[in-house]
Amino acid sequence: MIKDLVNPTNFNLMVSKVGDVLVRALDKPLGYAINWGRVWSLWPVHLETACCSVEFGAASGPRYDVERFGIIEAFGSLRQCDLIVVQGTVTRKMAPRLRMVYDQMPEPKYVIAMGACAITGGLYIDSYNVLPGVDGIIPVDVYVPGCPPRPETLIQGTMLLQEKIKRSKIK
Amino acid sequence: MSKSDDRSLGNIKSKPSPTVASNKDLPSISPKQGETGSIASPPKPSSDNTSVQLKSEKADLPQFEKGIIDSLVSKYGDSVKIIYVRPLRIKIEVPSKDIVEIARHIRDESGFDHAESVSATDYPKTGDIEVIYHLGSYTRDDLSSHILSLSTRTDRNNARLPSLIGIFKSVEYHERESFEMVGVYFDNHPRNDRFLLPEDWADIPPLRKEFRIKGR
Amino acid sequence: MSDQEERISETTRLGLEIVKEAEEDRLMTLSVGPQHPGSGHFRFTVKVDGDYIVDCDPDPGYVHRGEEKMCEYRNFIQNIPHLERPVIHDSSNITYSYSLAVEELVKIDVPRRAQFIRAIASELNRQIYTLYWLAIYGIFLGHSTMFMWPTGDRELIIDLMEALTGARVTHAYNIPGGVRNDIPYGFKDRCLRQVTNFEKRLKEYEDIFYNNPLLRQRTEGVAILTKEDAIKLGVTGSVLRASGIPYDIRKAEPYDIYDEIDFNVQYLKTCDSFARAYVPLLDMRESCHIIRQLLDKMPESGEVRAKLQPNPKGPPGEAYRRVESGRGALGYYIVSDGTPKPYRVKISVGSFRNLLALPHLLVGSKLGDMPSVYWSLNYWPVEADR
Repeated sequence: MIKDLVNPTNFNLMVSKVGDVLVRALDKPLGYAINWGRVWSLWPVHLETACCSVEFGAASGPRYDVERFGIIEAFGSLRQCDLIVVQGTVTRKMAPRLRMVYDQMPEPKYVIAMGACAITGGLYIDSYNVLPGVDGIIPVDVYVPGCPPRPETLIQGTMLLQEKIKRSKIK
Repeated sequence: MSKSDDRSLGNIKSKPSPTVASNKDLPSISPKQGETGSIASPPKPSSDNTSVQLKSEKADLPQFEKGIIDSLVSKYGDSVKIIYVRPLRIKIEVPSKDIVEIARHIRDESGFDHAESVSATDYPKTGDIEVIYHLGSYTRDDLSSHILSLSTRTDRNNARLPSLIGIFKSVEYHERESFEMVGVYFDNHPRNDRFLLPEDWADIPPLRKEFRIKGR
Repeated sequence: MSDQEERISETTRLGLEIVKEAEEDRLMTLSVGPQHPGSGHFRFTVKVDGDYIVDCDPDPGYVHRGEEKMCEYRNFIQNIPHLERPVIHDSSNITYSYSLAVEELVKIDVPRRAQFIRAIASELNRQIYTLYWLAIYGIFLGHSTMFMWPTGDRELIIDLMEALTGARVTHAYNIPGGVRNDIPYGFKDRCLRQVTNFEKRLKEYEDIFYNNPLLRQRTEGVAILTKEDAIKLGVTGSVLRASGIPYDIRKAEPYDIYDEIDFNVQYLKTCDSFARAYVPLLDMRESCHIIRQLLDKMPESGEVRAKLQPNPKGPPGEAYRRVESGRGALGYYIVSDGTPKPYRVKISVGSFRNLLALPHLLVGSKLGDMPSVYWSLNYWPVEADR
């Protein structure tokens, strides 16, 4: 009977069943550990889309120092990044590149839309070359308003994102 | 700088209205009044050269600036049209077929050696496009504060102009920008193609007046 | 005989083609940006032959927002907030020349005290801009200290500007007719203290960054822009002054009260990357000197803004005014047709003019020198795209 149960044809099914059971058993403690790791080491992509990058730079400076909150300075390569901060206006020329950058990042990935232009188009809502908000291209997790947002606002936005990650279920 | 303390609204309005300048076809304004003067307060607003009539009051012209254009006028005669001469600013208009030759003269004889900006302006009412080269000088100290605006006009339905890239290398990107923003084709320019706009731009050039931005 | 000749020429042709293909294979095309730690909002492609760059093609326009078209739909006052966005860390200078041009068109006289305050704001903003530029230059060369120090010192000047204008970076402070509001109580002392402190810091920058043998080896003698080429390419600002031409709009065509201020135009004659990196520091030192004089000579009281009509408009005409910004001459060409809205606005920015020097300098230099050469051009992509 055991021979019937474990044979090459349904071995894969068997393993996945056992996996499911394991995941269900370990979901809580393991998920907490994985999320804890994700929360405190967010790697932002170094992609500047417009002028909010100045305030993003100031946020990584000594006075505001986002590294205190587990956001590492934006120098990593794409393959090890999991956060993309859209720093301001997204023009029609930048939009395909932004999507390309997003697609190249490994899962899980989070998006912060920084500044009024990234949220709705802001001051440039009637310009011919500007997208009305970045959420038409990529899914946004946290919106940080301001034109440009002060570094404190950006820090608050990232802390909101961390709250969101803590509460989310691991896949 | 002498300043009056009374700066009320009435004071501004009560200033003598200067001779209207005459960029010959700014829309909605009076017809051309010959070559006329400037609207300008010069860079130091306290001086009194508010309006200059070229033909009638030649004595009022700033002397140094007059010297610069005199050599041009004596050489090219009628093809150089003086739009205005005010302190530190001169604007001349030349026909497009002569512009390369005159630009070479300006560079070699008058001493203006680089272009600060190239602006193309669309005038649908008169059906042409004006291209202005703002020329400055680094080499001559006495010219360092002066800007010579060399302008020319072309038909807006078939906008073609000779490029000045052989004379002033510094116009390269400015002319390329004018090509894509206003649609002026520059002959002899090495690259008349996309620069600032997206690669898939399929509309008319955005700085033409008939291009309307959404919602306006 | 002729057959043989033909055959020989055919073989030669084929041989030449193979050689050419092999040559082309040697070349490798690299795309730098827009997602690249060292390019910002800008992309350029370089072709390299081994370690040497043989071709460079800039591709700007990633932040082209159509400022010039938007200007035609707003009146002279409404234009100020969006016009300062291209250089939010140098916003007093980019609105300065706009205000000068509008004042020429609308014919407003600026009160004397306002002229001083404008100049102070402009000089402080120049320092904020240059410090940010210096911080990014530190990142480009892998010098983390030089990112942290200027970013930290910049915050102190930003505090000063915040007290003056109410906003961290986007001030909208220079408006046609003067400045938006008067200086706050105690600003003068605070400003003087800050300037004194800042001059001390500049000495430390020199010790840790400019006298650093690593920086010197990477920049000295690299990418020489000769005086003749600088004139031909029409570069401006610190790039021009590093090529041995003492040209500064504040000296050449003094606007507002700059003709009453005593200062020197700082320039170097070595024409290399190091000179282009060093001139901004000299500018900042000179700027401290200017601020002291401005604070000293400023009238104690008086108006700071000329009264304007609700919708200011002037007679039809045009104006071209320029100021010296952190990146060089910044000119506005405004055509007015007599309505409250400008008919055409063209912004001639220093970054766009300096961009022409990038292919000129990169071709022939090593790939490793690319970051230091590129950022030494004092190029801010958002401003160049407008």
